[in-house]
Amino acid sequence: MPSYALLGQSALSGVFIGALYGLLGLGLTLSWGMLRQINLAHFALVFLGAYLTYQLGAAGMDPLVTLALIAPAFFLFGAALHLLLARFKVNALNTLLVTFGFMVMLESLIQWIWSADFRRLESHYGDVKWKVGELFVPLPELLTLALACGLALAVWAALRFTDLGKAMRATAEDAPIAAAFGVNEKLLSLLLSGLCAAFAAVAGMCLALSHTLAPSQIYAWIGVVFAVVMIGGLGNPLGPLVAGVVIGVSEGLTMAVTAPVWAPLVSFSLLIAALLLRPEKF
Amino acid sequence: MRFVAAAIVLGAVPFLGLPAFYESFLYLVFHWVVLATSWNILSGYSGYFSFGHAAFFGIGVYTTAVLAGKLDWPFLWTLPFAAAVPALVGVALGAIIFRVRALRGELFALLTLAVTFVVSTLVLNTPVDGGPGVMLSAVSIPKLAPTVSGTFYLLSLVLALATVAIAYAVYHSRFGTGLFAIHDDEAVAEVMGVPTYRFKLAAFALSCALAGVAGGIYGVFVSYVTVGETFSGFVALYVILMAALGGTRHWLGPALGAAALTTLLYVFTTSDYAVAGRAAMGLIFILVILFLPQGLLGRFAHRKALPRRNAPIPSAAPAAKNMESILVVRDLSKAFKGVQALSHVELEVRRGEILGLVGPNGSGKSTLINLVSGHYPVDGGSIRFEGRELVGEAPHRIARAGIARTYQIPRPFPHLTVLENVALPPMFGQVVMDRAAAEAEAWRWLEFTGLAGKALLQPQHLNLHQRKFLELARALASRPKLLFLDEVLSGLTPSEMNEAIRLIRAIRDQGATIVFVEHVMRAVMELTDRVVVLTYGKNIAAGAPGDVMRDPQVITAYLGAAHA
Repeated sequence: MPSYALLGQSALSGVFIGALYGLLGLGLTLSWGMLRQINLAHFALVFLGAYLTYQLGAAGMDPLVTLALIAPAFFLFGAALHLLLARFKVNALNTLLVTFGFMVMLESLIQWIWSADFRRLESHYGDVKWKVGELFVPLPELLTLALACGLALAVWAALRFTDLGKAMRATAEDAPIAAAFGVNEKLLSLLLSGLCAAFAAVAGMCLALSHTLAPSQIYAWIGVVFAVVMIGGLGNPLGPLVAGVVIGVSEGLTMAVTAPVWAPLVSFSLLIAALLLRPEKF
Repeated sequence: MRFVAAAIVLGAVPFLGLPAFYESFLYLVFHWVVLATSWNILSGYSGYFSFGHAAFFGIGVYTTAVLAGKLDWPFLWTLPFAAAVPALVGVALGAIIFRVRALRGELFALLTLAVTFVVSTLVLNTPVDGGPGVMLSAVSIPKLAPTVSGTFYLLSLVLALATVAIAYAVYHSRFGTGLFAIHDDEAVAEVMGVPTYRFKLAAFALSCALAGVAGGIYGVFVSYVTVGETFSGFVALYVILMAALGGTRHWLGPALGAAALTTLLYVFTTSDYAVAGRAAMGLIFILVILFLPQGLLGRFAHRKALPRRNAPIPSAAPAAKNMESILVVRDLSKAFKGVQALSHVELEVRRGEILGLVGPNGSGKSTLINLVSGHYPVDGGSIRFEGRELVGEAPHRIARAGIARTYQIPRPFPHLTVLENVALPPMFGQVVMDRAAAEAEAWRWLEFTGLAGKALLQPQHLNLHQRKFLELARALASRPKLLFLDEVLSGLTPSEMNEAIRLIRAIRDQGATIVFVEHVMRAVMELTDRVVVLTYGKNIAAGAPGDVMRDPQVITAYLGAAHA
């Protein structure tokens, strides 16, 4: 049995990685739940964001400042992708296939520019680390957690309390009816799609701060993040964060108690369990 | 014949003394033909897109790798196991995930994607592989042809021909028709008698087994297998792309797509632009889904109907009306999240009668039909049909017992022709018919409902009146003992209505018992022998049509208390 300090550290890093899962899942759950688009390209966008952060960071720019450039650019990409999918009236399953194509193209682009080698962002954030009791708290991870909580809460509040959010929820429920009541359904969908892509930029920055990057890593995130999105409930902005932390902590403890190689099994087992125990949620 | 000739010509290739390059290249083509075609048997036909084909292919690879590479079994003996192990894993997985009622296509796709990660994790971290990969260069290759590459060529040729032949047979069979119906509307398919759960499992097992054999051969062909290569995400990408390009609704589509893309890929990977090649694949993928969603063969080749065989409409004697009950519903209740749709409803249907089931909107008439046909699970009560309890039975077994229904809003299978729509229920009815007999039966009912001229069109080309009659023809073709008609007259013009009333009389005269749910009172008074009235999910009256319509409670329910 590992020591309490090790277990505590594992649980804490589980919370941090869970926050990153949640941040990656935020854009996905919104576009799947509200726009009926399952966006695999989201993963490649996150990595593109991470690589751009790395590149600008290498040029001396503060990672947080790079967001001011990357997020608006990604917003435009997301809106353009939505225009394409809406123009061809692509159904949910086919959005999965089309965005799969985009993911492969973006991955090739990344590999072409930055090669298949591992890259690591060197920033002043990376060196900051606090010791709380027996636990180490690194700044990049703490930043990720703060951003994940802040964004998820902000989206939840916006959807719940603002007129724009209510109109968006109405559109998600039944777009033609919402349009008949005067909601500009097309504009709202564009806005939402752009926002989801901008969230990918934020997730990408966090990824660059805390992880080593390689193009092939794109695929490693798909399984666990989709599990997080599905367990969290489609379209629920708080869902991925909560489910992400649950899965992250379970993975962390699994790694501490058994061996790191078994961590990928955790999310899948939790998903299957959720499917079997609460099928009505899906 | 052409098929056999092609097989003989292709089989002769290794004996011509061509350079080994050609055999190896064609080996790869056949390899991808098998993977794409086997993927299509589940995913293209039934619409459950699997992103996990690499997992089952990989299990096949490692089955042979362990048996031949580590336990020194003869190579060919390992292949049946390379088929069986993935099939078993597929069935075990399917038995869990197909049980989830609300499992949609997207969810299945992502779950199968996750399976790839899980399987590769397991293989990598257990003695199956353990990390360094498995060397297979010591495995002895049986000498089927003058050269080793010729042997692999022949093995993969045989497997490819067998796979395409299986895809062809399934495509034209009752099994395939069931899978296509699942693709279009699984709930309706089940109510029409298709055992959807078993069919999905069978298709999944077949698909996994064929991919597994391809994997078993591939492992020895490359002679050194690693987890990274075997379970790469590109296997899933390529098979879907190949099938989508060629056409997922055609037996030959995936094979055509596989041949085209393997050639393309080969050109790219042997050139200096491998990364650009991958990007190009991504672009082709996008363009195909956007501009050619049905694929090449889906666009230009359609499933042919068998030659028309006319059979006269049977002149069965009308069932003698008697007091024997064919259906007895007792104390039936159903609630939807607190809304009590039916509470303690009683219903008795006598053999040979037309029973009118009326009531205001929301009174629970359609819910009653949905419960009897098994569409929704029952909360409490009993439904006995010819003495047999139906509560808890799967919908397809209820259909097979002899109960059919129409849908108030017609729900034809959109990608099947009118003829195929009507031929489906007889294939899965009380007497199981093969496709030819079922189509002959279907022609008869299309004639009966006046739709024979539209037989080879898809339902989207029909107007509402024709769609309603298509619902009728489809329900009749299964020769039900008990038929539920759910508002077949709503939305029809007066003259169309007269035609429909004549038709319903004719149906009864064929010997069916009918439960007639309708708001058009003229038709209810004209057609029915007895009437049962529901309101707010409860029985309020039953009896002869004239008497029931004068019942003050019934008048109150329809018109309000002041008129009673």
